Parts: sequence; structure tokens; C-alpha cells
Amino acid sequence: MNRKDFPMLTKDIIYFDNGATTLKPYAVIDKIVDYYENYSANAHRGDYDISLKVDMAYENTRELVKKFINARYTKEIIFTSGATQSLNMIANGFFSQYLEPDDEIIITKSEHASNVIPWFNLVQKCQAKIKYVELDKNHKVTLSNLQKQITSKTKVISLAAITNVVGDIRPIKEICQIAHQKNIFVVVDGAQSVPHSLTDVQELDCDFLAFSAHKMCGPTGVGVLYGKIELLEHMVPQNFGGGMNETFDNEDSVFLKELPTRLEAGTPNIAGVIGLGAAIEYLQDIGINKIASYEKELKSYFIEKLKLIPHIKLINPDSDSGIIAFNVDGIFSQDVACYLNKYHICVRAGNHCAKILKDEVGVTNTCRISLYFYNTKDEIDYVIELLKDKDKIIREMI
Amino acid sequence: MDPTLKREIILENYQHPYNKETINNPKYIKVNSNNESCIDNINLYILIEDSIVKDIKFDGEACAITTSATSIMIKLLIGQNIDTIQEYITNYENMIDERDYNNELLAEANCFDEIYKQQNRKNCALLPWKGLKKALEEYKKGIEN
Repeated sequence: MNRKDFPMLTKDIIYFDNGATTLKPYAVIDKIVDYYENYSANAHRGDYDISLKVDMAYENTRELVKKFINARYTKEIIFTSGATQSLNMIANGFFSQYLEPDDEIIITKSEHASNVIPWFNLVQKCQAKIKYVELDKNHKVTLSNLQKQITSKTKVISLAAITNVVGDIRPIKEICQIAHQKNIFVVVDGAQSVPHSLTDVQELDCDFLAFSAHKMCGPTGVGVLYGKIELLEHMVPQNFGGGMNETFDNEDSVFLKELPTRLEAGTPNIAGVIGLGAAIEYLQDIGINKIASYEKELKSYFIEKLKLIPHIKLINPDSDSGIIAFNVDGIFSQDVACYLNKYHICVRAGNHCAKILKDEVGVTNTCRISLYFYNTKDEIDYVIELLKDKDKIIREMI
Repeated sequence: MDPTLKREIILENYQHPYNKETINNPKYIKVNSNNESCIDNINLYILIEDSIVKDIKFDGEACAITTSATSIMIKLLIGQNIDTIQEYITNYENMIDERDYNNELLAEANCFDEIYKQQNRKNCALLPWKGLKKALEEYKKGIEN
């Protein structure tokens, strides 16, 4: 759907790498160009007209994000460079103050590196420990397996709402209920979920949420950190500098501004934030539930066809998101990706930044197809035809 | 080189790579070679005695190009003096980068003479040679010390 909105879709490609980044519609591109061409000034310097306009556009995105994820307060929305920075801020700005030696952090082996390494780094500083939820045979998190890892030392559970390789959808609301009964915080990596399904932070009751604009038709280099206001108040800034201080005279007298400005030091990615606003409006116009159900339909269509090809090994046929991980029997995933590239089909090969997932699925590298609403059944049919003939793949992969 | 022959050489070395085995022998220099931009990841095990490459083995996970390039490189280099090996490295790199080179010297490795047409595959073809260079440096350091 909406293919005419995307200039990249006129370039003779089939784009199946939406888990890595998504294409940008004119609505987003034009909004960014408009900023650079017509009111290119800094934010928060509102003494002249164009700067005031920047302020309004920048803060308007905050309002849009708040509504998009149904946050309670606008100041619970912090702009970052992306989900990675958001997760690092959560680990280093909040939990580094909060954790004590021997405290436990629960994650899984199917998390993206951004939801693993910040915690690895933190446990070394705090002498805390990482525990992993055992995944079931479909590589999913079950509540009972989660509960097995919870102890009196557990302080935080940090999970992707949808993982980037297995594509399983986690029961975040139920996880929050279990966690909060035991005073455990829940951090949600929303990089793969916010662009594809309705996210309501009040309904979920998660404590923190991180996501990136570029995976939801927005620009690269910008993302969001959501946190409950009472928690963000205790977050220590990781960056100090302009824009975030109230006054300072010497090292003993630095006074910081209120939220959210306190956590956004320096000139922000203004064009990016404005572009994110346009992306949210664009997705809302289509309807996020409509996107979710269309993707689900595409995914089932794809999986049913892939299942009929004997040399295709599916890693996650039962997951509900638009992510399909597979291998062609006996062929290295990168060779399959290079073969498809000859037909201008963009798929990803590798470990997809989930390097400890191999312990769970027993395969280090896979091909990954990740869908979005502008993909079509015709595109799927074309790829299926190309994957059917294993001899052709071997012939043409080099 | 005829395109069909090139393909056959690459596929043959991919499907039946020469000396692909893991060994655990302290006499061998072990180096890892991987590409930042893709997922090839190989270990080379190189035995050099009196400046002669006596043996090379490899293991790891890699694509058709890297696997075949490694297999072909190993066959070319076993028995060579490390000074001659420098010549092979220079000529091979020249071939990959479309510069003049001595194609007689490279024998089977000429099958990669058009790999520059696939920019993303150039690093795959260079990967074993990158590892080899690392191993030679280690060997030279070992001698100096």
C-alpha cells in the first residue's frame, strides 16, 4: 500500500530490509527540506521569527510522540540519536545509580546488541549480574520461563517488544505486571515494535521505552527515550553542555534545567526531530493497526510459500511479526543475499547484531527478510520464484 | 580466463575446499581474519619453517568467494619462500584492484580477475590474504625477537 509515496520504490528494487531501516516517504523528505530551505535556525533561541518557528516544530514532534505512544506527560519524551543511545542512557544514566553489587538484570539471548552490551558494560561497573530467560522451542519468551529467573535480587528486566531476528512478539503488559509486583523495572526496546504495531506505554505500564525514527519512515540519527516522569527525574545526564543548564559559575554551582531539556544537551538533530514528526503523522494517516494487520497477512502469505520449498530452512515460521529468518540448505547466507542482489532484491545476511542468539537457535548466520506496509504479494511471488531453484542460486551466487 | 572455467574453479574450491580443517598445533601461527562489512570469519593456521611456508590450513564460516579464495591461496603458497609470497600478495591485490599484474604467477587465482565488478565481494576475495599478511608479520616479529 501507499507505494507512490516513496521515491526509493521507483528505483527498480525490492526492499526487504525494513528491520535495518525503512524507506522515507515524500512527506518526511519534504518536511526536512522545508526546514533546511525555509527556517533553518537553531532551536530554543526564540527571539527571532524563524527560530520561534523551529521551536514550535521541534516541540510539536514531542507532542506527536507523546500521543503516538500515549505517554502521560510531554516531558516524558526525550529526543536521542536513536534506540541505541536511548538504551545506553537508561543503563548508564539511571540504572548505574540504582544497582548494587549482586543485583540482577534479566535479558534474553535474542536481544539486539544495543540491549545487551550496555548491560554487559554496566554489570562490570556495578558488580551486578546478567541472567537470561530461557527461550522455548520457538525461541519465544514465556511468562513461566521469565518467572524462573526472577529472584529477590532482580532489579530490571530489559526486553525487545519484538526481536529483530526471531521476530517474536513479547507479552510486555503481562511482564510488567509480574515485574511491578516485585518492584522490578521493565525496559522495552521498541525499535522493531513501535514502527509496526500500536504502542501504548500507559496500557503496557513499562518504565522505559527506546525506539528509532529511521525504522518508522523517519530520518536516521534520531530516536526517542520514553521514561516515566518520576524515573526520568532521577536520570543523570550523560551529556553536559549548552541548552541543558540553567546557570553555572564554577564547578560547585551548575544548575540544570527541567525535563526534558536537561537530557538533551547541545544543538539537537532538529531536522531529524521534525522529520520524525512528519513520519508519525504519515503513519497515523495510514493507521498503525492497518499496517500491523497488512504485514501479518504478507508474512503468512510468504511463510506458506516458503514452506513449500524443501531446501528452505525457516528459523521462525511461527512468529507473528513481519520478520522472516531463513537459510537455503547448504548455502552460506551471504551468498544467498548476493544472489538476490543480482535481481535488485535487498535482504540482509548475517547475525543481525544478535550475536548471542546462536546459542539458542544453533545457527550463526541467517538471511533475513523484514517486511513493511509498502511491500506486496507480487514482490513475494518474485522472490519465491528465485528461491525455488537451488541450482540457479548456486550458479548465480558467485 | 573463460567465465565457465572461472565459475567451475570457484565452485569446486567452495564445495571441496583444500585443507579446511581445524588444528591445534603450537608450531602453527593462528590468525583470525574477518570483514567488518560482511560476515565472513575464518581462521588461518600457517606453519613457516626457515622462511618456507610448509603448510596452511583454515576453518571458519564464510561465503563462496572467501572460502574458494582461501582454498586457492593455500594451494598456491604451500612450499613457497616468504619473499616470493610477498610477490604473490602484491600481484593478487593488483588483480583485485584492476591494476596490472602477472597473471601467470597467480594461476587458478585468476578466477577472481573480474571480482571488481562486484564491489561488495572484493573484500571477500581479499580476506584470506589479509590474514596471511597478519601471519607473516607475526612470523617476522618472532624472528626479530
